[in-house]
Amino acid sequence: MAEAAAHDHGDHRPHGWVRWVYSTNHKDIGTLYLIFAIIAGVIGAALSVAIRMELQEPGIQIFSGLAQMVYGMQGDAAIDGGKSMYNAFGAAHGLIMIFFMVMPALIGGFANWMVPIMIGAPDMAFPRMNNISFWLLPPAFILLLSSMFVPSAPGAFGVGGGWTIYPPLSTSGQPGPAMDLAILAIHIAGASSILGAINFITTIFNMRAPGMTLHKMPLFAWAVLITAFLLLLSLPVLAGAITMLLTDRNFGTAFFVPDQGGDPILFQHLFWFFGHPEVYILILPGFGIVSHIVSTFSKKPVFGYLGMAYAMVAIGAVGFIVWAHHMYTTGLSLDTQRYFVFATMVIAVPTGVKIFSWIATMWGGSISFKPPMLWALGFIFLFTIGGVTGVQLANAGLDRSLHDTYFVIAHFHYVLSLGAVFAIFAGWYYWFPKMTGYMYSPVIANTHFWVTFVGVNLIFFPQHFLGLAGMPRRTVDYPDAFAGWNMVSSYGSYIAAVGVAIFLYGVFEAFQKKRVAGANPWGEGATTLEWQLPSPPPFHQWEQLPKIK
Amino acid sequence: MRKFLASAEFLAGAAASAVLFSSAAARADQPREWEVTFQAPATDMMRQIERFGNYTMWFIVPITILVLVLLLVCIVRFRASANPVPSRTSHNTLIEVIWTVGPVIVLLLIAIPSFQLLTAQYTPPEEAKLTVKATGNQWNWDYEYQVDKTFSFNSALLQDADRAKAGKEDRALYPRLLAVDNELVVPVNTMTRVLITAADVIHSFAVPSFGIKMDAVPGRTNETWFKAEKEGLYYGQCSQLCGKDHAFMPIAVRVVSDAQFKTWLETAKTDVPAANKALMAEIYGTNKVAAAGN
Repeated sequence: MAEAAAHDHGDHRPHGWVRWVYSTNHKDIGTLYLIFAIIAGVIGAALSVAIRMELQEPGIQIFSGLAQMVYGMQGDAAIDGGKSMYNAFGAAHGLIMIFFMVMPALIGGFANWMVPIMIGAPDMAFPRMNNISFWLLPPAFILLLSSMFVPSAPGAFGVGGGWTIYPPLSTSGQPGPAMDLAILAIHIAGASSILGAINFITTIFNMRAPGMTLHKMPLFAWAVLITAFLLLLSLPVLAGAITMLLTDRNFGTAFFVPDQGGDPILFQHLFWFFGHPEVYILILPGFGIVSHIVSTFSKKPVFGYLGMAYAMVAIGAVGFIVWAHHMYTTGLSLDTQRYFVFATMVIAVPTGVKIFSWIATMWGGSISFKPPMLWALGFIFLFTIGGVTGVQLANAGLDRSLHDTYFVIAHFHYVLSLGAVFAIFAGWYYWFPKMTGYMYSPVIANTHFWVTFVGVNLIFFPQHFLGLAGMPRRTVDYPDAFAGWNMVSSYGSYIAAVGVAIFLYGVFEAFQKKRVAGANPWGEGATTLEWQLPSPPPFHQWEQLPKIK
Repeated sequence: MRKFLASAEFLAGAAASAVLFSSAAARADQPREWEVTFQAPATDMMRQIERFGNYTMWFIVPITILVLVLLLVCIVRFRASANPVPSRTSHNTLIEVIWTVGPVIVLLLIAIPSFQLLTAQYTPPEEAKLTVKATGNQWNWDYEYQVDKTFSFNSALLQDADRAKAGKEDRALYPRLLAVDNELVVPVNTMTRVLITAADVIHSFAVPSFGIKMDAVPGRTNETWFKAEKEGLYYGQCSQLCGKDHAFMPIAVRVVSDAQFKTWLETAKTDVPAANKALMAEIYGTNKVAAAGN
């Protein structure tokens, strides 16, 4: 108390649980988001390892046993329950990784922490709303997790419809309460994200330090601004769609019931009108992070700054008009497919601008290969692979053969699991010293990178082959001919799981060793405002607003 | 060990991915071990899809290698020890125009054949001579032959216990999870229209070697077509998550000669199992262990 009294009146710093639960401080809330994302990420990864264990060999391996253990099923019921449980794991893995790992880490975590600091603002525009944005997430997550333990279809537990929850499988196909819990979970997580988006838009538009025009704003802030607009415009559509799902399920409406005049395909249009911008929501903040890291460790300003910013604007805008490329096989008319092929291909242009601008930023630089830079380099290359297979999938004629096969799984994990997640780890190793004041062990961080790099490529590269050979997604068992590549893929997932363990150990080690990082551990290349503050930054920063020349 | 060497070989580098579409080995009408390409085309449409897929590889593999090489050059030439003083260049209008216009040209080169392929898929070259309606159920298919006397039958996963009775003990010809009790029987070189719908949830009718995949949506009827070029057995699987047994509702198409089809059709109108038995006897003779489907 004596210490608190010694502070000036502007610095009322709460202590204990009050500091975290009642928090209105963007850095504390950012930390909460990051911890939440780590927990959810570990759970989501565990689900995916279980899926890979099941698929390691043909036949049903572990899920009938799991159904026995978890649901107490016996005999044939355990086999059937296990098949459904596999589907529930797939749906939960997708929903958790998207809504409870990547989004909280990038937007709630890094953006909350860094955007106010980078634009020279003392905090977010609406600190209390920031608090509720975070605290909506744990109940949403609990709802989703609990949905795995309540009935869905007869003899089944958990949402078994994939993260896309297409009706009628998600309505008449699964009458039990699991789907309702999941819908509520998505509703609450969506509300949390919408509130967060409003907060970021207001903060970035109104609270930039004097002299920081939009065209001088760091690219991460640009990325978050665009992401916030995507969230604000797309999530209400998802909310509408899943509300219709909820009323179809419980209140006798028939939006998606064909024999009462509804249309199941309508749901897919609404879902992907949200779902496609959503994938850019997942990757755009990563673009921003990678730009900063490449510039910092090349000791050069970002090449083509305006091009980089407006490439993201273009990706965000075009991202809203390409949704039906997820639906080429639903029976869209020829002209509709032609349009969506064309629009989808357009996105490759601004994406190419970004890739080449990162390389040009490095060109002529003086590059040091610290852990964040390793992750950023891995991101650029692997995202390119995911990007070019995306160009293939954009062609409806070719997608006829690849749609709903493992080729698609490989594609979107190259852009998300190897793209967004690599960007998250890049950001983690970039800002960890700033956020905590401690420097991690570069040896552990580098080991984490290489183990993960080998693991995830072993998981996902062979899945291209499986998809070409025709293996459909979301199957608990497969014809024996697919066994070889599935085995390789499963081994890769065990290696990647070791990577997660190394990551967690690295965090523990950093806090244990308490190596002081200093205000700017990265040297002259780190030019954004966060590196002018001590590490960790004071509880309230920029009481004197910085002046931007 | 051999398997691991094979996998290491394919993961060795981006260049290896050129093999993705172009390997001539292991052509078949069902998936094969360690396959890295499409299944062998059994229709002209699938051949067009494969050709277009190969064509796109000529762009995406060099682009990926270009990015990799540029990254490696940066890593080697511009590492801090080799280049201690960074340049301050952050603009070059010419190169920015090049890397915007370049991709546009590449995309145009991909788009033109892409649109041709897509258009071909929706422009059957001739009138259909046979129309079959496929209805997806949880978890099997109903096939309805829309001939003078419409008839239909159910096609479900072949259970191991039924293999002997059905004369389908050859697991190379009737693989686990692909073989069914009653195949969809169609004549060779005949334009066949498939009308596709579903009775409960969404399914998807897909036969990879035919180059077709069309969702089976309750309440609407989708349409696709194929013209199989060779007699044999062709397999596909339901390609839209449809619940517990999504992995267990295969699609099997038996392509037979015109004469065989006519005989089969006449019997099938009244007795499908008998028609199938007679057809198999005709194809394989008394010796049921025949060479592979093609």
